[in-house]
Amino acid sequence: MRVPLSWLRDYAALPDGVSARDVAARLIRAGLEVETVHEAGADVSGPLVVGRVLEFADEPQKNGKTIRWCSVDVGEAEPRGIVCGAHNFAAGDLVVVSLPGAVLPGGFAISARKTYGNVSDGMICSARELGLGDDHDGIIVLQPDEAAPGADAVELLHLRDDVLDIAVTPDRGYCLSVRGVAREAATAYGVPFTDPGVRDDVDTTGADGYPVRVEDAARCPVFAARTVTGFDPAAPSPRWLQRRVQLAGMRPISLAVDITNVVMLELGQPIHGYDRDALRGPIVVRRAVAGEKLTTLDGAVRALDPDDLLITDDSGPIGLAGVMGGGSTELSDATTTIVVEAAHFEATGIARTARRHKLPSEASKRFERGVDPALPAVAAQRVVDLLVALGGATQEPGLTVAGAVPAPAPIEIPAGLPARVVGIDYPADEVTSLLTAVGAAVAPAGDERIAVTPPTWRPDLTDPYDLVEEVARLHGYDAVPSVLPVAPAGRGITPSQRLRRRVERAVAAAGYVEAPSYPFVGAADFDALGFPADDARRVALRLANPLSEEQPLLRTTLLPGLLTTLRRNVGRGATDVAVFEAGLVFRPEPGALPVPPRLPVDRRPTDAELADLLAAVPSQPRRIAVALAGEREPAGWWGAGRPAVWADAVEAARVVARSAGVTLRVEKDEHAPWHPGRCAALYVGDTLVGHAGELHPRVVAALGLPARTSAMELELDRFFPDGVGDEPVRAPSVPTFPVATQDVALVVDLAVPAADVEDALRSGAGELLESVRLFDVFTGAQLGDGKKSLAYALRFRAPDRTLTVDETTAARDAAVAAAAERTGAVLRGA
Amino acid sequence: MSAPNSDYDPVQVTPLDADQVAAMVSDALAAFAAARDLDALKEARLAHTGDRSPLALANREIGALPPQARKEAGQRVGTARRDVATALAERQAVLEAERDERVLVEEAVDVTLPWDRAPRGARHPLTTIQERVADVFVAMGWEVAEGPEVEAEWLNFDALNIGPDHPARTMQDTFFVESEDSGLVLRTHTSPVQARSMLSRTPPIYVICPGRTFRTDELDATHTPVFSQVEGLAIDEGLTMAHLKGTLDHFASSMFGDGITTRLRPSYFPFTEPSAEMDLQCFVCRGASVGDPDHPCRTCGSEGWIEWGGCGMVNPRVLVACGIDPERYTGFAFGMGLERTLMFRHGVEDMHDMVEGDVRFAAAFGMEI
Repeated sequence: MRVPLSWLRDYAALPDGVSARDVAARLIRAGLEVETVHEAGADVSGPLVVGRVLEFADEPQKNGKTIRWCSVDVGEAEPRGIVCGAHNFAAGDLVVVSLPGAVLPGGFAISARKTYGNVSDGMICSARELGLGDDHDGIIVLQPDEAAPGADAVELLHLRDDVLDIAVTPDRGYCLSVRGVAREAATAYGVPFTDPGVRDDVDTTGADGYPVRVEDAARCPVFAARTVTGFDPAAPSPRWLQRRVQLAGMRPISLAVDITNVVMLELGQPIHGYDRDALRGPIVVRRAVAGEKLTTLDGAVRALDPDDLLITDDSGPIGLAGVMGGGSTELSDATTTIVVEAAHFEATGIARTARRHKLPSEASKRFERGVDPALPAVAAQRVVDLLVALGGATQEPGLTVAGAVPAPAPIEIPAGLPARVVGIDYPADEVTSLLTAVGAAVAPAGDERIAVTPPTWRPDLTDPYDLVEEVARLHGYDAVPSVLPVAPAGRGITPSQRLRRRVERAVAAAGYVEAPSYPFVGAADFDALGFPADDARRVALRLANPLSEEQPLLRTTLLPGLLTTLRRNVGRGATDVAVFEAGLVFRPEPGALPVPPRLPVDRRPTDAELADLLAAVPSQPRRIAVALAGEREPAGWWGAGRPAVWADAVEAARVVARSAGVTLRVEKDEHAPWHPGRCAALYVGDTLVGHAGELHPRVVAALGLPARTSAMELELDRFFPDGVGDEPVRAPSVPTFPVATQDVALVVDLAVPAADVEDALRSGAGELLESVRLFDVFTGAQLGDGKKSLAYALRFRAPDRTLTVDETTAARDAAVAAAAERTGAVLRGA
Repeated sequence: MSAPNSDYDPVQVTPLDADQVAAMVSDALAAFAAARDLDALKEARLAHTGDRSPLALANREIGALPPQARKEAGQRVGTARRDVATALAERQAVLEAERDERVLVEEAVDVTLPWDRAPRGARHPLTTIQERVADVFVAMGWEVAEGPEVEAEWLNFDALNIGPDHPARTMQDTFFVESEDSGLVLRTHTSPVQARSMLSRTPPIYVICPGRTFRTDELDATHTPVFSQVEGLAIDEGLTMAHLKGTLDHFASSMFGDGITTRLRPSYFPFTEPSAEMDLQCFVCRGASVGDPDHPCRTCGSEGWIEWGGCGMVNPRVLVACGIDPERYTGFAFGMGLERTLMFRHGVEDMHDMVEGDVRFAAAFGMEI
């Protein structure tokens, strides 16, 4: 809502000399979001005067244009010679002249200068050149005798004004009017307010005007209609009226339209004017029936919904009630008889229709936020008054008011409620006076309670706390003291939250950079990852209104986003990239989604209702994934680098597992999108928690990734199916007797996983074994085809004695025997 | 005269008079002193203390002396050998020290050489700022609450006094899970976590809820469809707006420096009443740039205050829907965008930097924020 300060002053007796910025500051303090103060016309300075074109000569130019070389009387002894490119004036017309020394919007300085062969001693101005709108069809031609040559045009054109631009929050619909803002300004300054919406000279009942029948009184509680005849459609819209419409952000159109708009801006009551000669029979307000269509003022043909409220006549729909009028009864440049509609429409119905037809109009914007239902008769009268005064119209005596203003219900509150909620001890009389300033009627209700009847223009005031806010804001939020509350002693972050921090820190410390990505994916992403048609990860939630039709699904895996991030980094010149993301994936059950119940809000849902609701929310487990490419360790003066490989991805999983305090078991697997020969399945206990390895070459190619890109993804939630425990770690014993080491080299089939051999060694070696470490893997002709040698360092130690060679050797032999039995291992050199 | 010692050639036996022995000692000492390095010293050692050195031979000769001469000769040679050994050890120590010194010099390296072999990781500032915020509140006894990102519409809207016809519930703002009446949305704020907290806990409740949220904005320099919020909720007996203000002031000073405060302006949110916009005192100029065109402040645009978030007293309708007795309890809530917070706290200039995952961006923030 844009409010010119001059207009505000019509109703709020603001102190002289108070600046727009000061008004803005006071309004902000009272809760209006004044976004800017626009100093309209402040960019025009210097002599801007009325001139009379005495005579002119048309002078064709080489560039094809014809300029006019004018002699203009600007109230000086001699007329001035001025070149003008426009042709929309005649000798004798009054025009607006900026004289040398003037500066126009955009820093355009006027000086006497030679142009088109003449010295132009000033400029005849168009509306746009003065910042008065977009009209550049020609120069401004004033009404005959509107002013004398030499008169100041700044004042004449109402150029200078300050305009407050206010973003009106949904609860303050009444501030979509000068009336509402002026009330706030008057309260903020403690000065008198003249309410243009309250008149005692206007009838609020009547049935003898244009016939109106309201068939849906719930959606249209009040409908006022007045008629004027003999309106002069050629009557010009006066400058002050046009300027107000324009400063308020709308376009001046014609006198009749400008009047309906200016009354809407002034009172907040949307107005619609009908050409009575185009109306067929009585106006009927009803719901649309399926299949009906309406051509609205913007020329669009709209298929109507049975929920749409219509204005109709015998010809059918003539307007979308409260949203936009229809073309057939539109005011034209021949309209002389006008039926003025000022009606009240229920807010949510208008909101639905405006949304349905994507028609956020000035009218619907106001009705959605709630218009004062007491306004229709007053507003209709105000329109009629202006049509009579400015357009030569005659008011028909009859008035129709269908329906009645619903009376607001009083709200009873403890007088001390504002103090209890805000923490300021407001005196009782201040509470009353502040609520009265809002427009409410306040009466004692006994037992230290008060009954507050909100004014008709504040449909948002329905609850006790709404009244608290009024008191708080008008007294001032800056008076609220600062008191730190003491919460009960807490238990810190939960074990699961601690786990997440620990894991993410560990992965970052291992050299991965966190890069969260959007969760939006498409089927093409799953295709690129090579997911089979029946892959569970293809079962994804779909958005009804995705930002991109290519990515309407919610991720079931972190990999698409992470790999895109990796590729983007490579595209920006990074050669060695290691990234990770931790976040939720969305895993709905296959088949139709359960629909959560629509629960009431006037009570707590029952536990059963709540359980149904929560059960309908799809599973969203937390995952962590890494992706890496290029060199894991760079080459340098120390020697060669080390490329990032499948094993780094598996190790990243081990980093996660270690920091979570669990043991990861790795098995060979074949699982998209990984390389079938380089894919590890990751287990904690018997639970599959994720996969790691090198990506399938086809996936690497499809996604445009660097060769040998590797990745890991696992689901943290699966580590601890019963929740993250908080069990203290048992301290180990740390024996100090000497260690005994034994190295063994075992030859096994190539296909035998090293992990199995190690497991066998561990189980065979018994309790004396302290650690096993694989220190070499060797293949070669001397081993034979299809064989490999695995060399292990075994460390033995007893807690209570120094081991003998015999003991150590026996333990080693037992370990080797177990490996031989389980994996067919043969001790090399034996 | 005793029997000749058959181990040596008596011809070579030289007299063991004092002068001779003294000469042997001085020869040895001179040879040690002349040794310039440990190898030369080794040669001198062999020559003057080895098996065939004059003193060793003299020592053996003692046995061949008449018994009455043995004691004196023995003492003389013994003293001489000790003196020589002492001199040798001293010289050895000097030369070893010299050698060690030289080796340390020879082993010197260029310590400015880089050793950037280990890849460097980092955490994203959107994550670490959530932790930092959580830590501020955990220190006050609050707990950290979380919830799902796809959320029941009832929890995201209805329970928060955002009715079915509220403009926020349009496809222009909210991502709906298909179909539109699925009753599921991508949460548009972290407020459903507040509702979940109230439904699952009994007062007093003090929770902070960080998390990812979603609205149908296209990505540009200042908007992103996926963003992060942190919200706080306190429900207790006797809580007032003053407690809200106190909490926000403490939060502001914890995040932005001692003495930084907040300012409340009346506003509107369906789930709070009274509601307020919350401004943060500019932590860079602390208001000094206001009205001082010579010293403009980029952080606050010389306004002195930075819009930070929204807050208010929990609307009793929300309390009722979440099963809390509004006659007994009051509560306050607040929330702010974390991208925006990062933007002004760290001078992030473009939203793209926060969402594109360029490793150079996160790397600058390290492990904590």
